[in-house]
Amino acid sequence: MSILLATAIVTATAAATGALAQRAKEETQGPNISHYTLKNGLEVVTIPDHRTPVITHMIWYRVGSADEDAGRSGLAHFLEHLMFKGTAKNPRGRFSEMLAVLGGQENAFTSQDYTAYFQRVAKEHLSSVMEFEADRMTGLVLTDENVLPERDVVLEERRSRTDSDPGALLAEAAQAALFVNHPYGKPIIGWEHEIRALNREQALEFYKRFYAPNNAILVVAGDVTGPQVKELAEKHYGGIARRDDIKARVRPIEPEPRAHRRVSLTDQRVQQPSFSRTYLAPSYRGGKPGEAEAIDVLAHILGSGSTSRLHRALVMDKSIAVSAGSYFSGTSYDLARFGVYASPKPGTSLEDLEAAVDAVIAEVIEKGILETELTRAKTKIVADFVYMQDSQATLARIYGAGLTVGMTLDQIKSWPDRIRAVKAEEVRQAARNWLDTRRAVTSYLLRPPASTEKRT
Amino acid sequence: MIISKLIAAGTIMSLALLSTATAQSGKDRIERIVTPGGIEIWHVRDNTLPMLSLEFAFKGGTAQDPVEKAGLAYIAAALLDEGAGNLDSRAFQEQLEERAISLSFTTDRDALRGSLKTLTENRDKAFELLKLALTAPRFDASEVERIKAQTLAMLRRRSTNPSNISGERWFARAFPNHPYGQPQQGTVESVAKITIDDLRAHHANVVARSTLKLASVGAIDGKELAVLVDQAFGALPKQGKLKTIVEVSPQALGEREIVDLDVPQTVITIGGAGLKRNDPDFIPAFVVNHILGGGTFSSRLYREVREKRGLAYSVYSYLAPLAHAGIFMSGVSTRNDRAAETLSIILDEIKVLADKGPSEDELTKAKSYLIGSFPLRFDTSGKVAGQLLEIQMENLGIDYIDRRNALVEAVSIADVRRVANRFLKDAGLLVTLVGRPKPVPVGGKG
Repeated sequence: MSILLATAIVTATAAATGALAQRAKEETQGPNISHYTLKNGLEVVTIPDHRTPVITHMIWYRVGSADEDAGRSGLAHFLEHLMFKGTAKNPRGRFSEMLAVLGGQENAFTSQDYTAYFQRVAKEHLSSVMEFEADRMTGLVLTDENVLPERDVVLEERRSRTDSDPGALLAEAAQAALFVNHPYGKPIIGWEHEIRALNREQALEFYKRFYAPNNAILVVAGDVTGPQVKELAEKHYGGIARRDDIKARVRPIEPEPRAHRRVSLTDQRVQQPSFSRTYLAPSYRGGKPGEAEAIDVLAHILGSGSTSRLHRALVMDKSIAVSAGSYFSGTSYDLARFGVYASPKPGTSLEDLEAAVDAVIAEVIEKGILETELTRAKTKIVADFVYMQDSQATLARIYGAGLTVGMTLDQIKSWPDRIRAVKAEEVRQAARNWLDTRRAVTSYLLRPPASTEKRT
Repeated sequence: MIISKLIAAGTIMSLALLSTATAQSGKDRIERIVTPGGIEIWHVRDNTLPMLSLEFAFKGGTAQDPVEKAGLAYIAAALLDEGAGNLDSRAFQEQLEERAISLSFTTDRDALRGSLKTLTENRDKAFELLKLALTAPRFDASEVERIKAQTLAMLRRRSTNPSNISGERWFARAFPNHPYGQPQQGTVESVAKITIDDLRAHHANVVARSTLKLASVGAIDGKELAVLVDQAFGALPKQGKLKTIVEVSPQALGEREIVDLDVPQTVITIGGAGLKRNDPDFIPAFVVNHILGGGTFSSRLYREVREKRGLAYSVYSYLAPLAHAGIFMSGVSTRNDRAAETLSIILDEIKVLADKGPSEDELTKAKSYLIGSFPLRFDTSGKVAGQLLEIQMENLGIDYIDRRNALVEAVSIADVRRVANRFLKDAGLLVTLVGRPKPVPVGGKG
């Protein structure tokens, strides 16, 4: 069971999200995706890939850490762990035991906007896997005997991921500073003191509130057809009653950001300092048409790969950084994030590094981008789509994440076409509108002064 | 999630080979092509997507590094796509990116590996750039300095990362005075000493046809592929010059080392003698490891450490069959005040398994898992090509794909009991701990 931090997962998704590139469409017809909704509200998506006789079965719930009540951070993720504890019909690990015998892989992950469970098995086992997963949608049974040790596991997970790593602690603080009102400011895994107070009753209440067919999306990718999946889904999931009390996802809205915020962390464990900055930006769901697409292209040109502007300016030309880049996490239900980062060479202060990053951004805002850069970015995105189709598990993830954050199937499918439509001037506009430090948190990860390199 | 490292566990079956529609056996689907230039490549033709994945490797990894220049192989690999022929680093990278060609090189202790992914329409350019990278890398001074600076930054980062420290200390203690004990990315001192001449010499020593292995999957027929392979690899020298690496077994077994670091968790690395891939007992040992701490939610370590006691998020074990040493490793991260307890639980589980072996039921389930999960290793072109390459690297034979599941099925309860006793009992285990474990785990034989 793992958390994929929204940033990580969404970066992959944004680079990928679909991209039925025109050329790919012509050459491969793209994946022949089918999509329908059962009577109880469960959406069913099938992504055929007949090259290998295996399938990836995923159930996505439209609930994540941003849907938790205040004071109960970490509950969505904790419940994700507890979903492996068994049901009335299949007690104590029977689902995992079955997979361990069949040779299936399984796991689950939680983000700010969704919680997903998946199994990868030989195709003849799809029906069994569905039967177990459908049972788990309503049949979870929890006892203190299995809940309390699992809470300790989550605390260990937090120590591994966050508390042992000064960089992760700083990122957590930056996230909290970026969102002053919206629950995206909480860590997905939860604050330690709140994890300690989570319990069985809270987990079950959360489960009953959010786990239902009309709050879920089933994605099956692999050696199977749409009609086959539909028949099996009707059989196993069709009998689960919809719930009419699931509330719309309305989270507190961020006020218009007006002040540049700064966070820093100085720790003796830091041997390599770093600079990063995160801006609030519109997401694919929330932005105006074409806006997020332009931001994606901007992230590519500014900081993806060794021909990008930040790498060229800071790492190659000025030779003041060992690495530099940018990313856009546009697949979120509410506001999205745009990030820039750089690690200095010894002798360069973070202040100087930050100024150099700002100069690169200012140049894009003032002078715009070159057509050659634009073409290169688009080519990369088109090719990435073809590469992405090579993996059924990746496709299942892209479509599942996109749909759970409120994008439509057509939006995901036509994404590369819309990327291709982005104009150079729109990229400049995106930089001007969103790369404004009043919308941002800047982070410094520092060594204690005693061990700081002498300035030259 | 449990970290699973099914290193060379076996095998393969390709995309197409497992397809029920074709019902052909593995070796019939893999074309063994010998090019006009005399280079062998294993290829699976698959026209589903307009792309091509190529995986290749040369013998000679970080174990080739001179002690005082540890990090040489790692830095040399990182420089192969930083300019070649008449293209400087910028021009080379632009040519790759303009066509979305993905070319990367990595090293491990025993080999240099390369990976090329391209759209079919750009394959000529892709192989042309590959040829340049292999035959005419520039090692320009500015790029060498830049990659060295990046390596130093990484070393600084790793120097306070508990997992990195724990693993490195384990290898240093287990293989003193042997190249396997050297830090693979080098040290601050050794990286500083590496010169452009060193890099050129290393490249000439390693990148040669005599140890080259190749595998590919994609939309291209054998004849066209052969032409491209000859273009890219044909001009390489026949013979390189590899330092002989002596066979070795882990040392310091039974010892404990604690590295003090102010972190809330102790990272524990446990290891001992394992089996090499060509050991006749490797497959039974692989089954034993699956039962102990392999890749599912059902292993003994998972159950005892995580499920029952909530002591860790991650606990695992794996076999690392290097070219010149077999290694068995296990590890966990747990809160400082439970580290001693967790370590003793893991050591007890290992001992019990060594003494009594698995139960019949565990054996049946483990075999069923390993056989049933086999096709999951072949669901992307890159994974299939990677598996085909590993089979060649380990000399398992082109028919291994067809034999592999029968080898697992044939493992008997007597086999696993004997093998569990053989590699888990052995001379004890070397343990490194990084953190502030309290109470401090007692020493003695592991």
